[in-house]
Amino acid sequence: MAVSSGGGHWVELVRLVPAFTGHDLVLVTVDGAYRGDAGSARFYTVRDVTRWDKWRWPQTLFKLLWILLRERPDVVVSTGALPGYFALRLAKLFGARTIWLDSIANVDELSMSGKMIGRHADLWLTQWQHLAKPDGPLYRGSVL
Amino acid sequence: MPFDRLVEAVDQWASTRNRVDVFAQIGQSGYRPQRIECRQLLEPEEFRSRYKTASAIVAHAGTGSIITALQMGKPIIIMPRRASLMETRNDHQVATAEQFRKFPSVTVAWNEQELALRLDEIDGLVGQASVGQYASEELLDVVRRFIDGGAGELPTKRSGG
Repeated sequence: MAVSSGGGHWVELVRLVPAFTGHDLVLVTVDGAYRGDAGSARFYTVRDVTRWDKWRWPQTLFKLLWILLRERPDVVVSTGALPGYFALRLAKLFGARTIWLDSIANVDELSMSGKMIGRHADLWLTQWQHLAKPDGPLYRGSVL
Repeated sequence: MPFDRLVEAVDQWASTRNRVDVFAQIGQSGYRPQRIECRQLLEPEEFRSRYKTASAIVAHAGTGSIITALQMGKPIIIMPRRASLMETRNDHQVATAEQFRKFPSVTVAWNEQELALRLDEIDGLVGQASVGQYASEELLDVVRRFIDGGAGELPTKRSGG
């Protein structure tokens, strides 16, 4: 399963799709209009949230829980932002293994979600060599 | 969040240069364009087809806009949003612009004045399909191995593990 919010996060996420070849892929994002990018993957949407609209969080969290219960993914990958953070934290509760790939837009420092996820993700990645540290986040290439 | 400086600068330029071939997605812009054709928000499909038919792109320094232009081989002029002007919540687009200007088909305008100058050169810009459709093989391989491998690479582990 791969989860992201819209715009650049989604553009970056879709660029990872070939890594799932041979596996059952579920894509989760915040806008139904992106369905066309999903190809043969199963597709869900959740409400977009940021750290500024806490009153909307429950709706997103419940929908993510529902998706996770239904799909029971083995692996969850996110390129951010907050909906992806939530998805990774919840997925851990179901025993999924998780990858956080901080957006390439975060050149000077990790995103807020990227900092918070830290070691909660099994693989914690930045797309910038200069942001990588020995104990994470690691640099393993970029979406470009 | 609105990005009035960009919309206004492009609209003004289209006005003075008498350009009728400009189309814009303007988001929540408070500025109402006088000259250019615009819509608040395009569906992704139309967004893509507008990109495809465009000879050049003018955008904020968002990775979605930039990567899409690089994929399609379109020249792009980007102007970063500024937190101090309430155009975004932090100045990450400045750093994004700084990094992506390394691509020959990416031109950065740091402010509206510079944007007007760059727009005058827009017909001479040449696109170049600089990135493929998918992530680097290095990254794809790491994700693939993570999915397949089961073992997972712990954040504390060094590469090659």
